[in-house]
Order: sequence, then C-alpha cells, then structure tokens
Amino acid sequence: MRALTWHGKHDVRVETVDDPEIINPRDAIIRITSTAICGSDLHLYDGYIPTMKAGDILGHEFMGEVVETGPSSTLKKGQRVVVPFTIACGGCFHCNKHQYSACDNGLPADNQDIAQTIYGQPMSGLFGYSHMTGGYAGGQAEYVRVPFSDIRPDRHSRWGGGRQGAVPFGHLAHRLDGS
Amino acid sequence: MADKKAPLPSDDAPLTTRKEDRIEQMGDQLPEPQGDALASKTVTISRPRAELYAFWRDFTNLPRFMENIVSVEPVGEGRTHWTVKAPAGKTVEWISAITEDRPDETIVWASEDGADVPNSGRIDFRDAPGGRGTWVSATILYDPPGGIIGKVIAKMFQREPGIQARRDLRRFKQLMETGEIATSARTRQAHEEEEV
Repeated sequence: MRALTWHGKHDVRVETVDDPEIINPRDAIIRITSTAICGSDLHLYDGYIPTMKAGDILGHEFMGEVVETGPSSTLKKGQRVVVPFTIACGGCFHCNKHQYSACDNGLPADNQDIAQTIYGQPMSGLFGYSHMTGGYAGGQAEYVRVPFSDIRPDRHSRWGGGRQGAVPFGHLAHRLDGS
Repeated sequence: MADKKAPLPSDDAPLTTRKEDRIEQMGDQLPEPQGDALASKTVTISRPRAELYAFWRDFTNLPRFMENIVSVEPVGEGRTHWTVKAPAGKTVEWISAITEDRPDETIVWASEDGADVPNSGRIDFRDAPGGRGTWVSATILYDPPGGIIGKVIAKMFQREPGIQARRDLRRFKQLMETGEIATSARTRQAHEEEEV
C-alpha cells in the first residue's frame, strides 16, 4: 500500500510499504476513504515529538470501510466506520469508567515505560503518533490495522453507526466529512 | 521529639516498593534462595483472584506472556521443565519445583540442582481495595550476571530483571483483561520478529 511516512524534521514521504495484517483476535483492517492532517501532525512534522522513528506512518484522524476482521472483532466487512485516535482495550479499570484515554492496556508492554515514568501511569495508545504512544501505524495510508476494534459506540463511541453509514461526530468527523 | 540523628529504622517497605534489593530481609519468604539478585514488581489486574491464580498455576501458560520463555512442560510431582531463550539462538534449561502452593493466594518455586540459571521466586495474589480486582506481586531471585551466564541473563531479563518483570506482568494484565497482548506490529512477520 501507499502511506505517508515520517523520516525526520520537515521530511515526510509517500512510500510503498507492506499492507497491514490481522495479528490479534480483536483486530480489524480498514480501507481508508478519508483522512485528515491535524494541527498535531505539525508537531511531528516540525520534530517536536520525541520517540519518532524513520518510516513511522502518520495519521490519527481517519475513516473508512472494514475489509478484514479478526475472529473476536464485532465489525462486519463492508461497514463504514470512523476511528477515534485513542487505542483503548475496553476491559481495564479506566475503560470501565469510560476514561479511554487513560487505558492501562492500549500500549504494548515495552512502550509503557516512558509514559509511566513521565505521567506515573501508562496512557492509551494513539495512531501514528510516536513510539511513546505505542508506535502504532497511522491512517494517512490506504489501509490501517485497528486493534480492539470490537469496542462499540455504546461503550466508546468508537464507531459511528455502521448500518446507515458513518455518522460524523465531534471535530474529528467534521473534518473527515469534508464539510 | 525523636532524635533526628538516630539511625534510620530498617527498611520494612514491601519487597515490591523498596529501592534496594536486600535479599537478607526476605527472610523465609523464599524457600532455599537460589541466586542473589532480586527483581520484584506488583500490578493491579481487574479480574478475580481465583481466575488469575488458576491461569498462573498452569505453568504451561507462562510462555504466552513471558517473552523469553520458549516452553514450560510438566514433568510430574509439581515439577516443570523450563526452556528459556539465550543469545545466538541457544537456550538454557532447568527444572523447577513448587515448594509452596496456597490456592488463590501464593505460588512459590525454586530451581533444582543443575540448573543453567539457578533461580527461585514467588507470586502472590491479593484482593485489591475498592473493587479494583487483584494485586499480583512477582518476586524473582536469580544468579547475577557473569560470564556466559551473564549473557543469558542479559537476554532473559533485557539486561535488568526489574524491567523484564515489569513488562511480563503488564503482558499478563493485558492477556487477562483483554484476551490478547497489545502490539503495534503492522504485519505478522514483523510481529514474529518482535518476539524473537
């Protein structure tokens, strides 16, 4: 697939990279139909965010169509979805209180050290926003792997109404809506 | 008023929070201590104590979240045969025996004579306050780095046993709370390389 990759300060490139694959049971693969450049991407572009690595795929505001699902995902192929940029498990103490950005389990274990040192506790993962927030590939790409894709709107507002098509919500979806 | 110049009382903080690893203070918390370097860590897991104990008690489950363990196979009478990754594609092995087993509370183990890396440890499960689930504390005692063993240890514990214990416990928490272990790998191949 084609994806926007970060290589250093003021150096981002559209390159051909490996397509994402289902790895964990709750994963889904989304074919991206719209994506946004956020003001926060400028912090990465300007080199202010530590723990970026050459080749990281950017993009944390995107929407698209489900093309593949893991065995534990509750999404269906063909659904249109909006993906918030936090990666949260839905099963920890914080997620049970709807504090998804404070999720204990969104970051891979090895990536939790920095956040734990700086903030006292690990935080949720983020798409395309440095390795301090998990090192997850972002959505300025043709496809993206979405972990914990079964967290539904009634618990997370993660997915905007799959049956009628994607429903915009918040500033994120407003941008994605192209309006 | 207390005399400010009086010597500080001995450190009676829990093993998992102390700054210094003073093994002599562990007293009888470990059976025949094997090795003299200590790693200890606690994690809070939002699951019932009995469930966590049961998962851990089946040692064959441990390689699922302890990334340096290749396999743990039961060899009878509460003993298990451990195979752990070492540098240059090699492995080290030992046989561990459970020396204390209190259901839903504590498991204590020690390696038997002839272990490539002598080690012992205990895992404790306690109810966390406020309905937060369970406090899981792991304490591992092992032979410190040195020679070929040093290399093995460096690989086993990513150069610092506290780091490895911390990360393994996080993976245990993820597996118990979410049913899987978080990874940012984009392809299955990258995921496999991550685990080597």
